[in-house]
Amino acid sequence: MSIAAASHGFLSPTGVEIAFLLVGLVTFGAALVTVTTRQLVHAALWLVVALGGLAVEYLLLTAEFIAWVQVLIYVGSVVVLLLFGLMLTKAPIGRSPDADSGNRWAALAVAVAAATALVWVVVDAFRTTWIDLDGAAAGSTKVTGESLFRNWVLPFEALSVLLLAALVGAIVLSRKAKAAAPAAARTPGAHDDRGAKEGAR
Amino acid sequence: MHLVYPAVLSALLFCTGLYGVLARRNAILVLMSVELMLNAVNLNLVAFDVWLSRAATETLHSGQALTLFTIAIAAAEIGIGLAIVLAVHRNRGTSDIDRLRDAAEGPDDSDDGPDSDAAARARAAEKAEATA
Repeated sequence: MSIAAASHGFLSPTGVEIAFLLVGLVTFGAALVTVTTRQLVHAALWLVVALGGLAVEYLLLTAEFIAWVQVLIYVGSVVVLLLFGLMLTKAPIGRSPDADSGNRWAALAVAVAAATALVWVVVDAFRTTWIDLDGAAAGSTKVTGESLFRNWVLPFEALSVLLLAALVGAIVLSRKAKAAAPAAARTPGAHDDRGAKEGAR
Repeated sequence: MHLVYPAVLSALLFCTGLYGVLARRNAILVLMSVELMLNAVNLNLVAFDVWLSRAATETLHSGQALTLFTIAIAAAEIGIGLAIVLAVHRNRGTSDIDRLRDAAEGPDDSDDGPDSDAAARARAAEKAEATA
């Protein structure tokens, strides 16, 4: 413990740590606004900020490939799907007073208790652990691709079957014998997202 | 970089998502909170994978591979979840999860009362007629 602390300096953060902290504050603030705002569309837009901030955090952790996949899949398709869902369920534009249910204080208590416990345990456990970010990137496309297609081929292929099953399931769930206008509006989007994901990987 | 920074950020994001899942009323907002929780897990996986790829000599990069799998499964989950929410909205006219209490069990639905139950059933029947 003393050796690690001496070699790194406990109270002299590096530039990467300061950048990580600032982006982390933005990400956490955007996440808080996402779960507390009363304007439903704004929640989806703040979710974009939170997910984009997480992509920057991946870049700071030298996991480039994950960062770009995060931008492509989450910011590019998941948020668009969520916005489609909000529009198709006729979510009110503007403030909706009943966005939070009646048990929000119990929820707040549970969340604060869980946060306290988790942060305490994590800080206590990893107080003297440092990530070495020098040298070659730990998550470049080459490294990730090699490990993925050398050690993780079978789960990768199983995952493509899962995506196919999800695609078929989404189509079956959203089609109807007649008057399937909303379904027709959203299933092509799902199609394209899945196709883009398979292409990206 | 100190490993505590990503670990604490991921714990805080997870608890934010937990609050959202418990406190939100609109089903799509609940799905957004689930996404936040999954992203917190992803950040944890990436941070520990980067740490282990330096600390250990031989590693499978399991953290990053599992992160990719989580992202793909989250995309599938959001597709299916939105399809379910849209189907419920089409049949019931609401995506308010506090009002979807048909599967609720109780001695005699004490908190709901027979009146509101009958009213909900009438509303559902009305909606079914309207969509048919």
